[in-house]
Amino acid sequence: MKFARIIWANLFRKKVRLLLTIGSFAVALFLFVFLAVVRDAFNRGTDVAGADRLVVINRTSIINPIPLKYRDQILRIPGVKVITHNNWFGGTYIEEKNFFPQFVIDPENQRQVFPELIVPDNQWNAFVKDRVGAIAGAKLAERFHWKVGDRIPIKTSLYGGGAWEFNLDGIYHGKRPQDDETQFWFQWDYFEERVPQSFKGQIGWYVLRVDNPDDAPRIAKSIDDLFMNSPNETKTETESAFAAGWVKQFGNIQTLIISIGTVVFFTLLLVTGNTMAISVRERTAELAVFKAIGFSDRMILFFVLAEALTIALIGGGIGILLALAAIPGLATALNGLLPSIVLAPPMLFFGIAVAIVTGILSGILPGFGAMRLRVVNALRRV
Amino acid sequence: MVNVEGNGGPAGLIHVRDLDKTYRRGGEEIHVLQGLNLDVSPGEFVAFMGPSGSGKTTLLNLLGGLDVPTRGSITVAGDEITHMSSGKLTEWRARHVGFIFQMYNLIPVLTAFQNVELPLLLTKLSKSERRAHVETALSIVGLTDRMDHFPRQLSGGQEQRVTIARAIVSDPTFLLCDEPTGDLDRKSADEVMALLQELVAHHHKTVLMVTHDPLVAARAHITLHLEKGVLVEGSKLPHGVTAGGVA
Repeated sequence: MKFARIIWANLFRKKVRLLLTIGSFAVALFLFVFLAVVRDAFNRGTDVAGADRLVVINRTSIINPIPLKYRDQILRIPGVKVITHNNWFGGTYIEEKNFFPQFVIDPENQRQVFPELIVPDNQWNAFVKDRVGAIAGAKLAERFHWKVGDRIPIKTSLYGGGAWEFNLDGIYHGKRPQDDETQFWFQWDYFEERVPQSFKGQIGWYVLRVDNPDDAPRIAKSIDDLFMNSPNETKTETESAFAAGWVKQFGNIQTLIISIGTVVFFTLLLVTGNTMAISVRERTAELAVFKAIGFSDRMILFFVLAEALTIALIGGGIGILLALAAIPGLATALNGLLPSIVLAPPMLFFGIAVAIVTGILSGILPGFGAMRLRVVNALRRV
Repeated sequence: MVNVEGNGGPAGLIHVRDLDKTYRRGGEEIHVLQGLNLDVSPGEFVAFMGPSGSGKTTLLNLLGGLDVPTRGSITVAGDEITHMSSGKLTEWRARHVGFIFQMYNLIPVLTAFQNVELPLLLTKLSKSERRAHVETALSIVGLTDRMDHFPRQLSGGQEQRVTIARAIVSDPTFLLCDEPTGDLDRKSADEVMALLQELVAHHHKTVLMVTHDPLVAARAHITLHLEKGVLVEGSKLPHGVTAGGVA
């Protein structure tokens, strides 16, 4: 394009300012993408939720258990296809800092309820036969360099405390990038055998699949009605509603992240807008010359917008490269503290879109100012 | 032929009739130009002189379509420009006017070649055609060997010659020069004036120039003085500024 040289030459007019602006843009966009990724991680539960899955918890709180005997009653409700149950174990591996979610599972139905989490058949069969067997998510196994056959000690202060030892019989992978691969599963029978009497026959929550997702509201109501006025009333909701409620346990993280993200965005806008405004002001006489020799107002606007957009795309590109380089490291460092952090392609497109929008917005006001410039007045200022 | 009586024939290049320009400063109206008439034929070299604030630059801006008059009309090569829209005026300027400014007003981040090429970017010429035009313009002003230099690497006289090359590269109908030697030493000023004279004599350009310097004005065919908002031929002025070439 014959005008590219003019735009490029103007960009490099003040090299230090250009570097600082691009640097500010890159850091701010990196922060923006990181915040978006963290927010996405908190929402992951909602994203991975199956449309046909319901979660049943104790109406009082999820930390209150529900009797195992409810299972058969729930299964008899028309429309319920399959049901499994889980308990939260709350242990740590070797040191307190090595925290990750451990779930007690029902091997009989786990794979039917969560078909997206894949365990090779031979590993699953070995796990089912092994009373102290365990399955780990691929990311978890990678984090601690575990391999099938390893002996894994987990300490817990719940259920009478002490160290529990497991044989790692298998490793599961998620079908989709957003699937959580940081969980640790072990068998209900082993759990039931070791816990004190007061915990026996008590599960944390049920997860069930229904034949038709459209029936989910009716089935949820039927379950809760069934146990109404019992010592353990239930609260049944879709998996996505359950996941959203879980996120709220962390406080209003969403609002916090969105607030910080908004501040970052506007700071970005002001920094770039200010740079463009100064740059245009410095070039008043030159812009007047452009107009005098026949460049139209629209062309002048185009030059300013193109410059702003170029800064934004270069800065944004560097910011996204920073995010690509740094987020896997941050994800490892924050392992267990936050849900799995993944820089998925939509986040990259989101970052590029933010860069483009910021570039255009920051160039619009100085661009319109340049457009409206009166040649006679501008030349008089020289 | 240059005429300030308002009775020039239709054959001329520029016809200005009853031109008024009034500025409003605060509550006060300042009448810079009042009923000004001017006819200029192609190939003329006209110098405008007058005290500061007499309206020389205002007249130049109006003739170049950079400003609009309060009243009256300006017709250039058959185009009545006083009622053109801003967009049309911009297109008209690109086709008909070459500007030469006192402060050169080159784009500092572009080389001499790129500065001269600017007006051609608005045309449909190919890259090789643009290059040929630019090289011709730079050879006319004697700066072929400086085409890759940035303005900061050139002397004031050379910068002004690059400005002249930029003004003539698209072969405009006429050139407007606002104090073209105002920022130059005498030697450089002589070179620039010689160049303008050559453009008129050998390339048949029409040049309208504002200047404060009687020696510079003397290089034009005719000097017109702006007095109280109207033009007066130099030869008729009481203080005896010489004007050559009055037809």
